[in-house]
Amino acid sequence: MECIFGFVGDGFVILGADTSVVQSIVVQKTTEDKILQLDSHKLMATSGEAGDRVIFSEYIQKNINLYNFRNGIPLSTAAAASFTRNELAVALRKNPYYVNLMLGGFDKGKGPSLYFMDYIATLHQLEKGAVGYGSYFVLSVMDKYFRKGMSVEEGMALADKCIAEIRKRLIASPHSFVLKIVDKDGARDLAWRSLEPAPSAGPPPVINPGEASTSMQVQG
Amino acid sequence: MSRRYDSRTTIFSPEGRLYQVEYAMEAISNAGAAIGVLARDGVVLAAEKRVTSKLLAASRSTEKMYKIDGHVAAAVAGIMADANILINTARVAAQGYTLSYQEPMPVEQLVRSLCDTKQGYTQFGGLRPFGVSFIFAGYDSSYGFQLYMSDPSGNYGGWKAGAIGANNQAAQSMLKQDYKDEITREEAVALALKVLSKTMDSTSLSAEKLELAELYVVPESGAVKYEVCSAANLNKLLVKHGITVASSSGADES
Repeated sequence: MECIFGFVGDGFVILGADTSVVQSIVVQKTTEDKILQLDSHKLMATSGEAGDRVIFSEYIQKNINLYNFRNGIPLSTAAAASFTRNELAVALRKNPYYVNLMLGGFDKGKGPSLYFMDYIATLHQLEKGAVGYGSYFVLSVMDKYFRKGMSVEEGMALADKCIAEIRKRLIASPHSFVLKIVDKDGARDLAWRSLEPAPSAGPPPVINPGEASTSMQVQG
Repeated sequence: MSRRYDSRTTIFSPEGRLYQVEYAMEAISNAGAAIGVLARDGVVLAAEKRVTSKLLAASRSTEKMYKIDGHVAAAVAGIMADANILINTARVAAQGYTLSYQEPMPVEQLVRSLCDTKQGYTQFGGLRPFGVSFIFAGYDSSYGFQLYMSDPSGNYGGWKAGAIGANNQAAQSMLKQDYKDEITREEAVALALKVLSKTMDSTSLSAEKLELAELYVVPESGAVKYEVCSAANLNKLLVKHGITVASSSGADES
């Protein structure tokens, strides 16, 4: 059951997302990074239909890059949010994407900002928000513990509270979470929160060749 | 022989020139002049109004200056019919941008989109280039106040001060001589009026033959304002800067 959340702190935005890919009752993958870096100072966390999610967020990412190359000045977070909304709203009446998202960014002179958007292209600027089944718990946790102008450490503690609550109360709660931050120095990974050790970057485990050939023979 | 390369816009002459584009620029250097001056705290546009007849009823207060968006204005020299088309294109581009991004369009992007249109007409078959040059005055949050000039070929550039239309070379060299960096808007107005008065053909200047507009940021609200100088104020300014004399004794420049 998917969950993304985010909030604004003192000069930064933290976004969190679960990392599960689920089909029906089966967990296909527990290491999917659902927070895409759009440009140096923008992050987009997405949830929804697995294919739509990736296609739409990469489409937005590439368009923001194109804007940068064409114009030599980056798109502000507000402008990027508005652009994303327009793309989603136009697609909605043609070939809709099923994507909910949260966009966090930092602009020089304006500071951090966070936007929420659902799959029918409703755009809101928020200081805290969540999407998905986890939001039923995360929103109340943030109502209680969020306050304006938190430090990064306090933000991390809040994010961990949110994750703990999801794990405690949500049926079929996600396996792992990724946390990312964007501030004046740019966007970057903050932490992985997993029931197991962090995912290794190595190749997927190889099936024992002997076993594989035996099973092939059996099938043949 | 040369006719072969004159009649088509899209064909280079053997010397590598596009005659139709050059003729379009020539057409503009006969049109009424326009001047733009970039100041520290704003941009000033001034233009020459050519009064064709006493009987002509002016339909609007400005005929050579157009507000394109809240933060961009343009002064025109050349064929007004062509200019109207381009101004409409620019306004549509500016509003299209705000629709997409909920932010005013950066000035250079607006200028470039318009110049892309102009360039297209020098390349694609059967069309004549736009006989229009523009001076754009604009403000955006990235680069502050800006001044751009564009010509029929689709070229554009950012300037501190510039002139288009009749006598633009003389005006340009006067601007080059008298322009100082970091001048104020008030000084820019004086400079623009002075240069126009010296390069225009008519002997005595009045509000009937001039247009003046300013773009600046209102200090209290931070909002960008485009303001056209009224005829009464313009006459006062002309007297103040010694370009015309208040009494009926005639023009006296020195």
